[in-house]
Amino acid sequence: MHRALLHVSRRAVTARNLASTVEGDAFRLNEYSSKYLGHRKAAFTEKLEIINADDTPAIPIYRVTNAVGDVIDKTQDPNFDEPTAIKMYKTMTQLNIMDRILYDSQRQGRISFYMTSFGEEGNHVGSAAALEPQDLIYGQYREAGVLLWRGYSMENFMNQCYGNADDLGKGRQMPMHFGAKERNFVTISSPLTTQLPQAVGSAYAFKQQKDNNRICVVYFGDGAASEGDAHAAFNFAATLKAPIIFFCRNNGYAISTPTSEQYGGDGIAGKGPAYGLHTIRVDGNDLLAVYNATKEARRVALSNRPVLIEAMTYRLGHHSTSDDSTAYRSAEEVETWGDKDHPITRFNKYITERGWWNEEKEKEWQKEVKKRVLTEFSAAEKRKKAHYHDLFEDVYDELPLRLRRQRDELDAHIAEYKEHYPLEGLHEKH
Amino acid sequence: MSSSRALSLLSKHATTLSTSTRGKAHFTFQPSTTLPSGLESMEKSKMNLMQSVNEAMRIAMETDDSAVLFGEDVAFGGVFRCSLDLQKKFGKDRVFNTPLCEQGIAGFGIGVAAAGATAIAEIQFGDYIFPAYDQLVNEAAKFRYRSGNQFDCGKLTVRTTWGAVGHGALYHSQSPEANFTHTPGLKLVVPRGPIQAKGLLLSCIRDPNPCIFFEPKILYRLAAEDVPTGDYTIPLGQAETVRSGKDLTLVAWGTQVHVALEAAQLAKEKLNADVEVIDLQTIQPWDEDHVVESVQKTGRLIVTHEAPISSGFGAEITSTVQKRCFLNLESPIERVAGYDTPFPHVHEPFYLPTVHRVFDAIKKSVNY
Repeated sequence: MHRALLHVSRRAVTARNLASTVEGDAFRLNEYSSKYLGHRKAAFTEKLEIINADDTPAIPIYRVTNAVGDVIDKTQDPNFDEPTAIKMYKTMTQLNIMDRILYDSQRQGRISFYMTSFGEEGNHVGSAAALEPQDLIYGQYREAGVLLWRGYSMENFMNQCYGNADDLGKGRQMPMHFGAKERNFVTISSPLTTQLPQAVGSAYAFKQQKDNNRICVVYFGDGAASEGDAHAAFNFAATLKAPIIFFCRNNGYAISTPTSEQYGGDGIAGKGPAYGLHTIRVDGNDLLAVYNATKEARRVALSNRPVLIEAMTYRLGHHSTSDDSTAYRSAEEVETWGDKDHPITRFNKYITERGWWNEEKEKEWQKEVKKRVLTEFSAAEKRKKAHYHDLFEDVYDELPLRLRRQRDELDAHIAEYKEHYPLEGLHEKH
Repeated sequence: MSSSRALSLLSKHATTLSTSTRGKAHFTFQPSTTLPSGLESMEKSKMNLMQSVNEAMRIAMETDDSAVLFGEDVAFGGVFRCSLDLQKKFGKDRVFNTPLCEQGIAGFGIGVAAAGATAIAEIQFGDYIFPAYDQLVNEAAKFRYRSGNQFDCGKLTVRTTWGAVGHGALYHSQSPEANFTHTPGLKLVVPRGPIQAKGLLLSCIRDPNPCIFFEPKILYRLAAEDVPTGDYTIPLGQAETVRSGKDLTLVAWGTQVHVALEAAQLAKEKLNADVEVIDLQTIQPWDEDHVVESVQKTGRLIVTHEAPISSGFGAEITSTVQKRCFLNLESPIERVAGYDTPFPHVHEPFYLPTVHRVFDAIKKSVNY
């Protein structure tokens, strides 16, 4: 071994001849380009210049309509047909009304927790409508409109919030942690951003299928984008060429932390090209723009190149029922956003102009939705919870012996101390 | 100094390195004397642990078109050669390098599994599994439960290296299993040799629950035996009595099983004590009844592991056996384990639970 060491060190000492030749430069530039820099054209410079991060221009925000809702460039109008447009509008408004009622129900102590999507209805519906039903969606927690679009019923929502026995998730998690296998929507988990690399993995698995026609879409917020899992996911998606859309809902806040304290660069979109992700920044409150961008992103993703969409929007509501945002932002700021740029207002203009909607229909619809929400709500409230045996199920595919013994211990305990446990409202053991 | 003097100094060091001994291993590998049932007639081939792991993965990927293997450096064969020739055999889509990012490897693996494909994710050193801890503990372990069984990542198996290697120090020697035994939803397995490694790894890959398979790196080359060449599995959740005895039960897993066997042999020679040695194999869910039955017979228990003693998995075994065998016990349950320190470099021989420390514990127990 030491002979090889001698040989190498002698060569290094006399190798200075090679470094200064033109052949050396051409060789290196070719290596850098093809192996280090992803085939980007490598070049030397003799000018000492540190790129000023503050001077890099921001990626422009793609939009179709202005803040009032007028289409600016007619070629960008997706030209929805009436049924589609009405379904979109109804989904947005249904979400809005459902949010208001369920938020209040938490205040009244009827459900334990809730998160509204005020101001992000356009984000949800615009993107969901541009996907195919077989595309697998991973969410963060503020994507109820995506679920609604896909057919997750009011009943499902209510059952999950109440955690009753009819909840698809079997009442295992807090409200808002929806999941629906039939809707290709993976169950939400509280740890932020963990869903990003998972979505990349699922997308990779789809890519291995013959004649694949499925992509993955993963939603996350501006705050979640700071977690290490985001970096991991972007990098894996790019290197492994996964058919995935990363959809960032940049709504200006992560609980109380404004975006000015969340990152120093050009938002989340600014990171995309640096990772090798095709990227677009879009007006998140412009349903038409979100739709167009997602549709095009889907086409690109299906060709096995990941896409990053950053949808600019504003969180009109509090972070959750555990938050009072007046503690960190002015009521005036919230009001101004709601007045000047609301996705529902903008899309309302679009469908009204086309003669598909009017004030009368609006009144009727509001009444109808409210009634539907309240009906489903009180029905869900009355449904029983699963028997407590269910607490031991699904840890593994089968109940292990040790856990079965623990369950037996609990049974014996309950038999003796039952009056201290909330057994009423539970199903009988099946 | 002149370059020639530097060079001669360099070569002197090189000479010293090549002739110095790294020290013998602290144990002798004891090949299995019996085979898992039904395998006696199967053709066998001499293989070391690295080869038996390679075999298991090859068989897994041959019998399951969806199976993919990924991690750092797996494409060229892996830093321990466990994935040798697998990319050649199965192609770049199925055997591939990932960027250097354990949290990504684990998260990506969960996603592959959740989509219905078999994911074999390699974490190069168990010491570096911690960036993946959130994904493994908060996500993989809970994926099925939290979704009401609508989704699961049962097709995920994480393989990682484990245990003392003689010179690994803090970050190439850890046995991190106890960090995961506190997480319901995962299965954790540690093989003691090539025969078990192949069968247990195949079981993990095929088990419908996320598994972590810890491979004792010191055994990769050192442990060689005749391994059945066909497709076989060893069931998870089952311990194996590798040496029968009536005087004391000695529980271990991985490399430490060989330390235990040697200590048992010494105990026979010097104390005329018959020690029963049990290889736990699956750490979670562990074969409680097997150990309990043994202690009911012997009345004495020692658990031994390389990981630090406090809150090591020995604590869980001790507590459970104490409860279930309270009236059977003739002496206090003892644990012989690493000390509550990070894993040291030059003082490794003092840190490890050696044959002699285990022997001493046996002596104290039988003389109690």
